[in-house]
Amino acid sequence: MKIIVNAEPRDVSATDLQTVLDELGFACSAVATALNGTFIARGKREGVLLTEGDRLEVLAPMQGG
Amino acid sequence: MKVYGTEIASRLLLGTAQYPSPAVLAEAVASSGTEVITVSLRRETADGSGAGFWEGLRQTGCRILPNTAGCHSVQEAVTTARMARELFDTAWIKLEVIGHSDTLQPDVFGLVEAARVLSSEGFQVFPYTTDDLVVGEKLLDAGCEVLMPWGAPIGSGQGLRNPDGLRAMRAHFPDVPLIVDAGIGRPSDAAQAMELGMDAVLLNTAVAKAGNPAGMARAMALAVEAGRLGYEADPMERRDMAVPSTPVLGLAEFA
Repeated sequence: MKIIVNAEPRDVSATDLQTVLDELGFACSAVATALNGTFIARGKREGVLLTEGDRLEVLAPMQGG
Repeated sequence: MKVYGTEIASRLLLGTAQYPSPAVLAEAVASSGTEVITVSLRRETADGSGAGFWEGLRQTGCRILPNTAGCHSVQEAVTTARMARELFDTAWIKLEVIGHSDTLQPDVFGLVEAARVLSSEGFQVFPYTTDDLVVGEKLLDAGCEVLMPWGAPIGSGQGLRNPDGLRAMRAHFPDVPLIVDAGIGRPSDAAQAMELGMDAVLLNTAVAKAGNPAGMARAMALAVEAGRLGYEADPMERRDMAVPSTPVLGLAEFA
């Protein structure tokens, strides 16, 4: 299934959000997620199923002013 | 200074962006004596670079104030705030809804709307706003308990472009914490803001882009403290004409 992760097209085999994060190597880092512009809390990732063309944002702490 | 029930001793809040290295950032934070640092969220890479930065921030012991920098719509800002709350485990959010790419001035209409949404969800909103009194009123109505008027465009280092506007804010909102956010370039700018009665100053670029960031952080801290002490000591009124400070009475006549 093709989805867009942080603006880049990715081919993933997992179908739920938590497993996709694991598959893409994000599992070990502290990240927050939004799917198609909607925030998905950490505890709800397993229950969120992905569909073709979904836009996933994976954000992490960064320097800011 | 008390914001959202939290007592903060240092009246200097510091941004964490644009430093030459994490070590220089840590030195600047330490020498500023700040208790609050601002951070942001950006796209993570699979190598987990954000986690390393976050660990460094934790070690400063400072309270974290995440921002919504770069958001141009209510929806973007609200979603970013929700992500920040989970990531940084804090209800504090420095709310930015940018209205113009060149000036980075806030979209105050979107700002009020986003503040209302976030306040209703339990966020403690620090709105980056202008010095407009009516917008300030509406932000307070939306649930904000602090206002952060700009001094000049973000990153410009121009100092206070409208001191009268800030003075009017102080007079209009005597009991609301006011934090000048953006535009401070030099220690004298920070001192001026504090002399006007602002409760604190938030700055980033002025320290990060100084030749000696740690030195400038210390200078800013002293300027903020001096300005605050000056405000509390009730400065004299300006006069149009000279008035001799040495007594005239008893002056000798030699002619």
